[in-house]
Amino acid sequence: MENKQTPLGYISFSVFAWIVGLLIFFPIFWMVLTSFKSELEAVSIPPSFISFDWTLENYAEVQERSNYFKFAMNSVILAVGSTLVGLVFAVTCAWAMAFNPTKRTKNALLWMLSTKMMPPVGVLVPIYLLFRDWGLLDTRFGLIMVLFLMNLPIMVWMLYTYFKEIPTDILEAARMDGATLPKEIIFVLLPMAVPGIASTMLLNVILAWNEAFWTLNLTTSDAAPLTAFIASYSSPEGLFWAKLSAASTLAVAPILVIGWFSQKQLVRGLTFGAVK
Amino acid sequence: MSTRASTLTGRIMSAPSIIVLFLWMAVPLGMTIYFSFLRYNLLSPGMEEWIGTLNYEFFLTDPAFFASLTNTLLLVGSVLVITVVGGILLGLMLDQPIFGRGILRLLVIAPFFIMPTVNALVWKNLLMDPVSGMFAWLASLLGLPAIDWFTNIPLTSIIIMVSWQWLPFAVLILLTALQSLDRDQKEAAQMDGAGPVSIFFYITLPHLSRAITVVVLIETIFLLTVFAEIFVTTGGGPGLATTNIAFLVYTQALLQYDVGGASAGGIVAVILANIVAIFLIRLIGKNLDN
Repeated sequence: MENKQTPLGYISFSVFAWIVGLLIFFPIFWMVLTSFKSELEAVSIPPSFISFDWTLENYAEVQERSNYFKFAMNSVILAVGSTLVGLVFAVTCAWAMAFNPTKRTKNALLWMLSTKMMPPVGVLVPIYLLFRDWGLLDTRFGLIMVLFLMNLPIMVWMLYTYFKEIPTDILEAARMDGATLPKEIIFVLLPMAVPGIASTMLLNVILAWNEAFWTLNLTTSDAAPLTAFIASYSSPEGLFWAKLSAASTLAVAPILVIGWFSQKQLVRGLTFGAVK
Repeated sequence: MSTRASTLTGRIMSAPSIIVLFLWMAVPLGMTIYFSFLRYNLLSPGMEEWIGTLNYEFFLTDPAFFASLTNTLLLVGSVLVITVVGGILLGLMLDQPIFGRGILRLLVIAPFFIMPTVNALVWKNLLMDPVSGMFAWLASLLGLPAIDWFTNIPLTSIIIMVSWQWLPFAVLILLTALQSLDRDQKEAAQMDGAGPVSIFFYITLPHLSRAITVVVLIETIFLLTVFAEIFVTTGGGPGLATTNIAFLVYTQALLQYDVGGASAGGIVAVILANIVAIFLIRLIGKNLDN
């Protein structure tokens, strides 16, 4: 564990660590590799690692046969839409809680957290029936609302912990200079809060993009995002691994990139500030 | 120093979020509780009637409930043990100087960002398929018979997939906690002749205890309601082998249209989750004070 920094120790520990890391990453690597194979090569035994005919036809076919971009578009709309709606609510709420706290603020925050603890199956039936009666099943609007509400507690919490770190003296000074409340928010607070807001948005996009309980249960086709599209491969016809891999690679790539960029800030949001 | 005016602004600004969350949680939850006391099937509309706790009696004495409760506990428990132990080991590993550590870290945390349906289908087909999967090929290299994962050990297969997805979460959080560990303390202990094992048990592990608690509690909340991985791979089967409580409620509601029974099941799930939630909220509340 405590390897003394001999060059040999460093090299051998590095080799060991990379083997472990590559094993963990292997399923993703294998998925990406398979997406460039032909369907026949995808199921061939022994599997081929490099020496196969690299092809892009799976990517083309996924689009042709199932209108991939419609689902991708839905994913983008749901993730971005729920994030923007959530941001409007969460920024005002977290701002008030951080800068104008009352005796009840702490309880309000904890209560919000408790709504996140409720398992979705606890409200599946009424939400489903209400959505059916209101004509919201399989609509983007309905799902944006669900995803927004689902992630609102996390957004408020994450923003709250960021806003708490902004020195209030600066706000006092701005007030002294006659800044009104909206000006105070726009010109003083927001610039300082931008990093926190940006990471909150990224986390929310990730969570909304990957959400797979409500998106599977409340959509059929029109509003179905990529989670539901990929799920349709669970009842396949014929050889489908290469196409599944191509569709999956496209579906996870953007989030993987966003996730990698925001990994440090994620910890704060996912643990409600308990680990920074 | 909040004036009355600013307190009022504060209330007005936080009100919308609190109101929408209240509506989102309280109204449907109230409806679920109400439905759980009704005989209410979507196939026989207009026949709803009050039947008291009969739904609960049926749900709780249904052999499927016991099976799904066992599956839920096995799933949550196994994934917790795997991810926490694995997370500590990987966290310690990534805390050491390693060639290309930044990139290696990215590779290790990547599974967390994979959507559950992709995770499940890639594992089920590309890796675990008994004929053409990677594991079957590896087994054949070793001269072993291929395992038919989803037929013979379905719950274990789900546990492996879910653990792979949640291991990076544990690593991410435990690594963050490890990096805030005071190096001087460790060095002082080393000077006093403490070996790596005793440093781990007397310094590192106590330092990690809070982060571990957070990992356990948050993972439990999410793992109690694992759904998509089961939905796209086994559909709860074979038999009831991979049906957890969340999936049982889903089948009762959207496949058997038994609104009353599903609602009772939903309430049972809420109660189970709340047992964990109370501890988590207390822990985080304490953290808020300092």
